[in-house]
Amino acid sequence: MPVAAPKPSSWIRVEPAGIFVEPGGFHVDPGRAVGWAVVTHGHGDHARPGHDAVLATPETLAIMRARYRGDAGRRQQPLAYGETVRIGEVDVRLMPAGHVLGSAQVVMDYRGSRVVVSGDYKRRPDPTCRPFEPVPCDVFVTEATFGLPVFRHPPAAGEVAKVLESLTLFPERAHVIGAYALGKAQRMIAELRAAGYAEPIFLHGGLVNLCDLYQRHGVDLGPLVPATGAAKADLQGAVVLAPPSAIADRWSRRLPDPVVAMASGWMRVRQRARQRGVELPLIISDHADWDELLATMADVDAPEVWVTHGREEALVIAAASQGRRARALNLVGREEDDAE
Amino acid sequence: MQAFARLMERLVFTPSRNGKLRLIADYAAHTPDPDRGWALAALTDGLAFPTAKAGMIRGLAQERLGPELFALSYDFVGDLAETVSLMWPGDGAEGPAPALSEVVEQLQAAGRSEVPGLLARWLDGLDAGGRFALLKLITGGLRVGVSARLAKTALADWSGTPVAEIEEVWHGLRPPYADLFAWLEGRGPRPDIEAGAVFRPVMLAHPLEDDEIGSFDISAYAAEWKWDGIRVQLTARGSDRRIYSRTGDEVTQAFPEIAEAMAFDAVLDGELLVVRDGVVAPFNHLQQRLNRKRVTAKMLADHPAWVRLYDLLIDGGDDVRALPFDARRARLEAWFDRVRPANMDLSPLVAFSGWDGLADLRGGSREAAIEGLMLKRRDSAYVAGRPKGPWYKWKRGPLTLDTVLMYAQRGHGKRSSYYSDYTFGAWRHDLDGAALVPVGKAYFGFTDEELQQLDRWVRNHTTNRFGPVREVTPGLVLEVAFDSVHRSTRHKSGLAMRFPRIHRIRWDKPVAEADRVETLEAMIVE
Ligand SMILES: [Zn+2]
Ligand SMILES: [Zn+2]
Repeated sequence: MPVAAPKPSSWIRVEPAGIFVEPGGFHVDPGRAVGWAVVTHGHGDHARPGHDAVLATPETLAIMRARYRGDAGRRQQPLAYGETVRIGEVDVRLMPAGHVLGSAQVVMDYRGSRVVVSGDYKRRPDPTCRPFEPVPCDVFVTEATFGLPVFRHPPAAGEVAKVLESLTLFPERAHVIGAYALGKAQRMIAELRAAGYAEPIFLHGGLVNLCDLYQRHGVDLGPLVPATGAAKADLQGAVVLAPPSAIADRWSRRLPDPVVAMASGWMRVRQRARQRGVELPLIISDHADWDELLATMADVDAPEVWVTHGREEALVIAAASQGRRARALNLVGREEDDAE
Repeated sequence: MQAFARLMERLVFTPSRNGKLRLIADYAAHTPDPDRGWALAALTDGLAFPTAKAGMIRGLAQERLGPELFALSYDFVGDLAETVSLMWPGDGAEGPAPALSEVVEQLQAAGRSEVPGLLARWLDGLDAGGRFALLKLITGGLRVGVSARLAKTALADWSGTPVAEIEEVWHGLRPPYADLFAWLEGRGPRPDIEAGAVFRPVMLAHPLEDDEIGSFDISAYAAEWKWDGIRVQLTARGSDRRIYSRTGDEVTQAFPEIAEAMAFDAVLDGELLVVRDGVVAPFNHLQQRLNRKRVTAKMLADHPAWVRLYDLLIDGGDDVRALPFDARRARLEAWFDRVRPANMDLSPLVAFSGWDGLADLRGGSREAAIEGLMLKRRDSAYVAGRPKGPWYKWKRGPLTLDTVLMYAQRGHGKRSSYYSDYTFGAWRHDLDGAALVPVGKAYFGFTDEELQQLDRWVRNHTTNRFGPVREVTPGLVLEVAFDSVHRSTRHKSGLAMRFPRIHRIRWDKPVAEADRVETLEAMIVE
């Protein structure tokens, strides 16, 4: 007689540090340094410094080393997509999440019960990372950054076309695009290249290291030039990428009459764009929009959905209307990522 | 509708005036009648749809999207039109997108019960941008940073017709302005505005700058007091009687006793005041009349309105605007003797000799209702706008107060990377000691260089952040100039300044020596 699989809530629980997998003795994306961490991707609210041991994709480990140097984790265990490793009594597999380079869902099997922690993810094509692969499971742990029906990201190509159109309209003005340093900046560049833009792209100093890292991992970003020290004449009509915090600040004043653009899913809401002084809002996101969140729940067809961070409330309602049990995990330390 | 939606979208995000002018002109050039006329009406606040209410839109959205998801979304976005436009399903592929004119015409003809059905069909046929434009259009208040004046200027730029000529005919026109566009494109005659009580664009004065005092022959000018009320134009033709503000907004409803006194056929320029027994009341008494939607008998009795006449533009069938000021003044006096309208008098000319005499007059004019002097060249015609030379206003010296900078907010457009809007306070002493109370807000009066210094100071002295606002340590004294101060329930201090601006930055002055709230209170004119 087959033994019934254990209930997921009996072997995975939420602790102050984050999601703890008891029979494996490890945390997933813990908010502070722990003994054993499985990390989905390199963003700061998921990858913290100082763990004793870290398991992640080789790309994510490289990103953590670039950001945290000697503090990226004492013992680092790389795990390629699709391979399985046993930790304690749990089989752990990393599957592409489509969010940023190296981003992974953590697939965990324990005595016939399967939980997938998706970290952050999106379903749109992204030239800089492997696409999301749905894995059927008993519990799907999802983010809800854009978990409201007002968030529907248009195709990225149309947004990139806005930049190219504006460049022909204002050939004398620099076009400074605010983009998150890990993931968004590289994707923005790659999308511009895909649209046929071959000119050198100028970079704020805060973006250089991660762009190099992407290129070393085989993502072709074309010619990149530091913006610092560039002649004003060269910046006219040029595309400049900078972290979001720099675009409305003193840094951007050195640019010739800049058109201030911002690449973010939040740009869908006009008031947000205007508050930030953005003249050219670009709705480009590395997170799933409302439709993708709903479609993904259906694709993995989990009877139960746990929501980690973002606008959990609406997604819990939507999951219930799909006939799934859903609850918010209320993780601490995942503040709203305003730049995404 | 899509062209209008694209225009809205770009206007929302284009900070520069020139950019906006270009966008509107481009739209007028490439959009056929009557769509462009309806768009123009929307931009100039000339459209209203009383059968389409915000509550109806909310109901439609709740029904289609579920009350819970709608509530959560509305809570996040904060604007009804934007919320519904973003969350309404589909990208317009459902049906044919409605034309702007179709929307306007059907909505004007529809009964209240038909509107929700129409609206749902249009929302299904539009993408998010189109839905936003549609909902903004029907709920009014586009708030895309375009004034009626800017829209007309764009038409002037596009057609090569002076904006003054467009203003002249504007108030006799009705949307969708087919006759206006025909005229602007040289396909039709100038629209006829003689039939009704149409607003005529007003003449405005330049402020007299310090270095202009004594620089020209003052004997060529007449002087009169500048009254602290609201500049109005009284326009009466037959039974059609209207009171307009200087921007052409009608305020007739709020001042029925004036409308009743307009039993004449003329266009007059004057100052609207509250006058009791011949004494002009402070400005905020008039403000109370303006803010009322319905005028009660008590209001009429307690705050009686009055018009002090400055000028005569049209006398019966005679347009006298081209006559010199002296000749118009003589006609105005003769007209007044003849007509003797109730609740009105003439603003007297003030005699003076030379610049010195004028300066003495200005210095001595401490009466609350007098803002300063008006100087009008005796040989000048009445022309629309603010021409340099014929009219000057010479305000009496401003009041000043030493205040302490408390909060700074990011500016807009070109100033969006600077903290350029300043909230300042004065000291209030009570049992707990001294505390700063905000007394006003200013965002001009400084040079670009001073702005950079202020911006740096704000960044280096921030104690707290609230979105675009920074709170700073009390450490910088701003000498603020303002025209007057009156009581206000809308401000924490109970006081409101008129036209506050940064007069001087007192880098040298210790904050403890800034003024107290009591000092400001003593400047109130009751
Ligand atoms: Zn992330
Ligand atoms: Zn995240």
